[in-house]
Amino acid sequence: MGKVDFGGISREACLEYVPEAKVGEYVVVHVGFAISLLSEEEAAATLAVLREVSDIEAELGVRPGELQA
Amino acid sequence: MKYVAEFRDAELVKRSAQQIRAEVTRPWTLMEMCGGQTHAILRYGIDELLPPEIELVHGPGCPVCVTPLEQIDKALALAALPNVIFTSYGDMLRVPGSGRDLFSVRASGGDVRVVYSPLDAVKIAQENPEKEIVFFAIGFETTAPANAMSVYQAARLGMKNYSVLVSHVCVPPAMHAILGGEHNRVQGFLAAGHVCAVMGYWEYPPIAEQYRTPIAVTGFEPLDLLRGVLDVVRLLEASEVGVVNSYARAVTFDGNRPAQDLINKVFQTCDRKWRGIGNIPISGWALRPEYAQYDAESRFDVSAIHSEESPLCVAGKILQGQLKPPQCPAFGTLCTPEHPLGATMVSSEGACAAYYHYNKADLVSEVSHG
Repeated sequence: MGKVDFGGISREACLEYVPEAKVGEYVVVHVGFAISLLSEEEAAATLAVLREVSDIEAELGVRPGELQA
Repeated sequence: MKYVAEFRDAELVKRSAQQIRAEVTRPWTLMEMCGGQTHAILRYGIDELLPPEIELVHGPGCPVCVTPLEQIDKALALAALPNVIFTSYGDMLRVPGSGRDLFSVRASGGDVRVVYSPLDAVKIAQENPEKEIVFFAIGFETTAPANAMSVYQAARLGMKNYSVLVSHVCVPPAMHAILGGEHNRVQGFLAAGHVCAVMGYWEYPPIAEQYRTPIAVTGFEPLDLLRGVLDVVRLLEASEVGVVNSYARAVTFDGNRPAQDLINKVFQTCDRKWRGIGNIPISGWALRPEYAQYDAESRFDVSAIHSEESPLCVAGKILQGQLKPPQCPAFGTLCTPEHPLGATMVSSEGACAAYYHYNKADLVSEVSHG
């Protein structure tokens, strides 16, 4: 068992299924069990792709709503 | 909370929706598998952000909703036994059985307790050696690692007073049932991200191929849902079939191997009836014979129970994406969260509860009449 901080609320969770988890890392917890170790790299990559789309549109001067027409 | 707030960023949500709008040229019907996704879609108004070409229909991925009536009735019978402490996830308490629900069993003296995790039920069993503790082990692949661990622990500790009433179901057979059904409208799937966190998505490429239906492994935050929609739409627009991982921060192709190993140690596949849908072959898990002494159905005699569903409830059609909740004549009148006719109105993952809670009745009637 380990302590998991849920955005300020600390709760015990079973870490048996994520033996590689280290203090300070992020996990997905379901009914008291960590089922997945979150990849910070993948999270950053996903956000970067989304922001890139945003930036290209910003550079082209496209504003929200314009693509609807 | 980190990795939650970023995926709710309003500006990026708007941009993502525009991206979908820019790329879609034809109408597409997508199904989100998981009830947690259905609730997020309605809560954040994702359905309204999407272009009119995209219709989202809601899948059967609500464990409480598909737990067969017979198992609910068995739960009610077990919970009413004098020496039993019946433990369950909170969602199950208001789910209607043939006559009543677990709340009313509790009101008439049954010892029914809500637990957050099955390990809490094991703890209650340790603290009450003179009582029989039964845990209602329901759920999809997401809860299976937890439920399996509770049985494994009980066996390891040599406990004699813990058993589980199992009603486990699996996603891939349900996808086969939906895509192979004669009324199927689904052209693309948003697969349930947390099921895939456990199981991986190695089971999905053959399904995508067999039905020529693209699948995106999808998370639960607004940006995750839009990413999943965009990835499926891109494949559909390009007439391509494939499986995309749109939730890579939590899901890998192989999934969580230690969790799968323990599931396979404790459970074996079985045919399972899905409430409102019917029997789906090899669609569930039951305890392996080695763990038979932890099976509440063999420990207590609950076999001679006659179950009867409300004739008004159309939950089966809703769970297969054939109807939307407000199209049910009983929605919001004869059937409400306080007095539900079916489980879909009760569960925090049920589609009817989502529409009721987020007040989407008007929206759909406009769409369906429009």
